[in-house]
Amino acid sequence: MARELLFSRAENEALRQEMERDPTVILMGEDVAGGAGRADQGFIDAWGGPMGATKGLIQRFGPERVIDTPICEMGFIGAAVGAAVTGLRPVAELMFVNFVGVCLDPIMNEGAFLRYMLGGQVSVPLVIKTAIGATGRAPERGGGSAAQHSGSMYSIFAHVPGLKCVAPSDPYTAKGLLIAAIRDDDPVVYCSHRQLAGTKGEVPEAPYTVPIGKARTLRPGRDVTLVGIARMTGVCLEAADRLAGKGVEAEVVDLLSLSPLDEETLVESVRRTGHLVVVDEDTPRCSVARDVAAVIADRAVDHLDGPVKTVTAPHAPVPYSGVLEAAYVPTPEAVVAAALATLRD
Amino acid sequence: MPDAAPEATAGPDLLGDAELLRRLYRQMVLIRRFEERVHALRQSGALQGSAHLYVGQESVAVGVCARLRWNDYVASTHRGHGHAIAKGVDVARMMAELFGRETGTNHGKGGSMHIADAAVGMLGATGVVGAGVPMALGAALSARTRGTDQVAVAFFGDGAMGQGLVYECLNMSRIWKLPLVFVCENNGYAESTPVEYALGTKHLAGRAEAFGVPAATVDGQDVFAVYGEMGRAVARARGGGGPSFLECQTYRYYGHFIGDDPRRYRTAEEEAYYRARDCIERFERAVVGRGALAEAELRAIDEEVGRTIEAAVRFAEESRPPAPSALTTDVYAR
Repeated sequence: MARELLFSRAENEALRQEMERDPTVILMGEDVAGGAGRADQGFIDAWGGPMGATKGLIQRFGPERVIDTPICEMGFIGAAVGAAVTGLRPVAELMFVNFVGVCLDPIMNEGAFLRYMLGGQVSVPLVIKTAIGATGRAPERGGGSAAQHSGSMYSIFAHVPGLKCVAPSDPYTAKGLLIAAIRDDDPVVYCSHRQLAGTKGEVPEAPYTVPIGKARTLRPGRDVTLVGIARMTGVCLEAADRLAGKGVEAEVVDLLSLSPLDEETLVESVRRTGHLVVVDEDTPRCSVARDVAAVIADRAVDHLDGPVKTVTAPHAPVPYSGVLEAAYVPTPEAVVAAALATLRD
Repeated sequence: MPDAAPEATAGPDLLGDAELLRRLYRQMVLIRRFEERVHALRQSGALQGSAHLYVGQESVAVGVCARLRWNDYVASTHRGHGHAIAKGVDVARMMAELFGRETGTNHGKGGSMHIADAAVGMLGATGVVGAGVPMALGAALSARTRGTDQVAVAFFGDGAMGQGLVYECLNMSRIWKLPLVFVCENNGYAESTPVEYALGTKHLAGRAEAFGVPAATVDGQDVFAVYGEMGRAVARARGGGGPSFLECQTYRYYGHFIGDDPRRYRTAEEEAYYRARDCIERFERAVVGRGALAEAELRAIDEEVGRTIEAAVRFAEESRPPAPSALTTDVYAR
């Protein structure tokens, strides 16, 4: 029987296997181990990362390769860029994607642009591993983490030439995309949805890669294409089940790579179904969802038999209250409604 | 204004090393002639593009880099031509880069503010004030992780002392005891803003010391003073003793960028004060006056440098611009 693993353990296994395979891979970030410097008091690996994804790595690889940083994202991500151009392959953990607010310069102006500015003299084999997404905590009991710890925001990275950006949707793609990101010679932002951390799925033990730049068709269908990103892929699958009960065959495409964008898979699917719904937990303006819609408008408009629908968060920061947060995130009901709307038109 | 001694401070050991003296002199003159030529080309209209000249500060780059090995790392600033030349980047390919040519160090895609040559450890300049500092920190971390004894140098100006990033790096360099030297070139101005306005204390070394990083303040217009203090810093870094901070008090003769008139924010008297302490003239008085090098030797170096610069300009002018297809190459490695 195939082995099942938690999403966060799949990430952990990817890091461990790559660090074993390649001595130039290092991990750095806030509390990636935790309780740093107190091994003499018996404290080691206090946290193992905020989601536990890096637990156990410091015992295996030591503090020279599993580096707890002070809280200074601009400084340590800048240092990760410097290390990447001088022979290492750093994985820098940006605890929550919203913290990009204090470190966009080393990610964009240095990490993403260096290779081009320097005329191809250097590569920047850097991974920025970051947590995205709303908490999904029980609506009736308080709330989640609010605006500064629950954003998705990957469209910022997709916009920057020189960066790649991926968002796994299950444990299998988590391990495969993280390994692919570490082996990639370009800077890759790896977006890990916090609600997926505790989900389980089949994960092969041997190292493998999921190619960056490729979407994956999870469920074939001939009536409407549902495109999901990260946790929204599961929402699309649930919507497809419900649509099946209404006699609608939905195709579900798991985007996985936000940049480069797999235009071919998207166009090919819409050519067959004639209908498109893009589901994205990020806010709508200048978003990946709208970008996918624009690609279809540009390349497959003649094949559309109804309007392109996007189901996204509202143009608002993520709220705290559990009731509001639940209303913020796209639901299977909303996806079903959007699919029926485009089929009706 | 700092109390700069009018004469350079060479000790007998340095004055006895004619090979080193020739190298220091040639590099300072090479930087100055390069920059003066760039200025003339801009004034004549033969050249366009953003550029920030290093004239006046040559002794800092040369004194610092003379202590480095070819594979040590340097992260530079928007005012980076001097750092690149002192680190050994070819002036012809630099000039070609300013001309936006295919043969340039960056194949015409970087220009003045991003000149880099990975082959000699020149990691590149950055146009974002302070942003080179974590690059050097990362290079130092990389060297230590890979088990080499390479050292990294971060050049930055007094303007960067207002950037929080620099303090993040001072802190990290100290807690990880990295082989890194912070070289703060205090030329008195962040763009047009005087240092006495922008920084709450004149004692920049004290800021580094507050992070536990050993620090020194030197007369940056005295190449021997820079060379001497840098020797201590590099020995500390290579010997596992961790980072150092060096404030080099210096002066830029031109404006912030070519086209900026500095007389809009500083007096002729102040400029005269620093020009009287010109690093090349002080060097010459020290070595010729004390018989370490003959004046004829210096003039021969001047002539050779002049020919080198003219050859660099010809190389740049005769080189092809990049092919249009280069527009979208090297965005990604693959």
